[in-house]
Amino acid sequence: MTYQLETAQHPEKLRRVAIDPVSRVEGHGKVTILLDDQNKVHQVRLHIVEFRGFEKFIQGRPYWEVPVMVQRLCGICPVSHHLAASKALDVIVGAKRLTPTAEKLRRLMHYGQMLQSHALHFFHLCSPDLLFGFDSDITKRNIVGVAAAHPEIAKRGVLLRRFGQEVIRVTAGKRVHGTGAVPGGVNKSLTIAERDELLKDIYHIVQWSRDAVHLIQKVHIQDPGLYNSFGIFRSNFMSIVGHNGDLDFYHGTLRARDDNGKLIFDHVDYQNYDDYIEEEVRPWSYMKFPFFKSIGKEHGWYKVGPLARVQNCDQIPTPFAERERKEFVDYAGGTPMHAPLAYHWTRMIEMLHAAEVIKDLLHDDDLLSDDRMVEGERQMEGVGVIEAPRGTLFHHYRVDENDLITMANLIVSTTNNNQAMNEAVRHVARRYLNGREVTEGLLNHIEVAIRAFDPCLSCATHALGKMPLAVELVDPEGKVVHSLSRS
Amino acid sequence: MTAPLVVFAVGNPSRGDDAIGPVICGQLAKWLANEGLADQVDLVEDFQLNIEHALDLQGRELALFIDAGENTPAPFIFAQIYPSTATGHTTHALPPEAVLQVYRQMEGEGPPPAFVLCVRGEGFELGAELTPTAQGGIDAAMALLERLLTKPALADWCAPGMLHG
Repeated sequence: MTYQLETAQHPEKLRRVAIDPVSRVEGHGKVTILLDDQNKVHQVRLHIVEFRGFEKFIQGRPYWEVPVMVQRLCGICPVSHHLAASKALDVIVGAKRLTPTAEKLRRLMHYGQMLQSHALHFFHLCSPDLLFGFDSDITKRNIVGVAAAHPEIAKRGVLLRRFGQEVIRVTAGKRVHGTGAVPGGVNKSLTIAERDELLKDIYHIVQWSRDAVHLIQKVHIQDPGLYNSFGIFRSNFMSIVGHNGDLDFYHGTLRARDDNGKLIFDHVDYQNYDDYIEEEVRPWSYMKFPFFKSIGKEHGWYKVGPLARVQNCDQIPTPFAERERKEFVDYAGGTPMHAPLAYHWTRMIEMLHAAEVIKDLLHDDDLLSDDRMVEGERQMEGVGVIEAPRGTLFHHYRVDENDLITMANLIVSTTNNNQAMNEAVRHVARRYLNGREVTEGLLNHIEVAIRAFDPCLSCATHALGKMPLAVELVDPEGKVVHSLSRS
Repeated sequence: MTAPLVVFAVGNPSRGDDAIGPVICGQLAKWLANEGLADQVDLVEDFQLNIEHALDLQGRELALFIDAGENTPAPFIFAQIYPSTATGHTTHALPPEAVLQVYRQMEGEGPPPAFVLCVRGEGFELGAELTPTAQGGIDAAMALLERLLTKPALADWCAPGMLHG
């Protein structure tokens, strides 16, 4: 199977544009664009440069180490890996149903993670593009530029993220390397003092989240020509949904819809995910391409994340976020919205929902209880699925009789969005680069499309000097004819 | 009570020499406890620097950022740094200068005097151990840190012979 613009007919005759790594994206990503002498786009690919050796890294380790170890896979969303692994290992220790305290503490931790990650993404990863424009002065198009021009917005972003980090700290024990969730439950409850400290700020957090939804809604509606079409492609979409079809980031069953919103499957127990999803390997990328088995490789790929979740659920079980969901659905006109820039709007609706759920949980005395652990009949295999900030995250483990991990399979959110991101990049390349001189502003359009998905190309080290950014134009003989650098 | 000095130690313990920051953080915590200086220094360990670390600068007299460096001089660089807008293409991991700049924009005033201690690393693969170069850099950095933290004052940190690289 080949996709339009995925593979050029005669790549050796084309000029190569490489964006390496994609700026303001976690880890090392690379976009290559092959152009001919008239700057016509012939091939566009989003590559993952770094080999993801996580599964091998985990194999051979005792299973109880895994929830802590997997946090080191990603410095931005360690809680997502921590909880997905814990859920998979709940199955292995036979913990079919957690205590209310354990389930609510994990949920609080996870919604704190969603809040801080979405705040970081919106206020500090994407707001430079949204507030200044994609072609604006690059020296201002960054977090520092936002802080200078919109200090209140920048400060709220910092405080929202810090609040989410505090939720994680009190539930996981530490800001990083926390050990809150363990197979079968949690190892720490909230103290009254910890709960009261969070309660002092939560009402501001809810209000600021509402303001953020209205800010992005206004930005989106003011320029429908751009926001409803930039990088657009149609696709299936998938997420877990909770009880009664509620939006639920922590637990539920798998639901998938086609590009018109028609159900493909629903109420699927994620222990059986591999009956429904298959991963394709392509020779030019280290990252696999998942697709729905029932539809096949060509048309079975899908998108995940906020835009998928908000349109896949039947309702959001908190009042402010549900009101915003209905406004979004009304704006979309009753059919699924596929525009990548709508991820930002839905991401802020989700942040508001996370804030509301945290507020409700902080009023629940189950968080203070010591009833934290359950166990049952030991199993040899388990799957844990969670809706991470960037989308559906699968952790699948098998263990032997010595409690060592013998198999690990992780499908991270960014892998689920692999084909979708490639399609968005190709659309933008076709629309904005074809036949034009390549400038930094135009290349930023490519990055804007990628950032909408908030990919975690995970999980490069961030040592000083380790993350340069270079853009190179290479002629068919391999000679660099032009380069851009942002390091 | 806010300690007058905050030390940020940055890195991923599972990625070879990226563990330099966390390893130094662990050694520093023990040394500070032994010397009775733990209440004078707040240690902040994280995978990477980000916007919220600007809040950790509030009320400080000095700040120190410890991180591994690739292609940086061995055993380490120790230098004063200043807020900068000309840094960073990623907000998933801010350089120290950008953290200082976020503080300045948020608070409307300059951040505390800040320094970076960048220890050279050579291997950053997932699951790898520290390289001998990194281990040597850590030992040298700890010797410097013991001198710096015995008397954490701007004039002493800027004194001839203290700055490297």
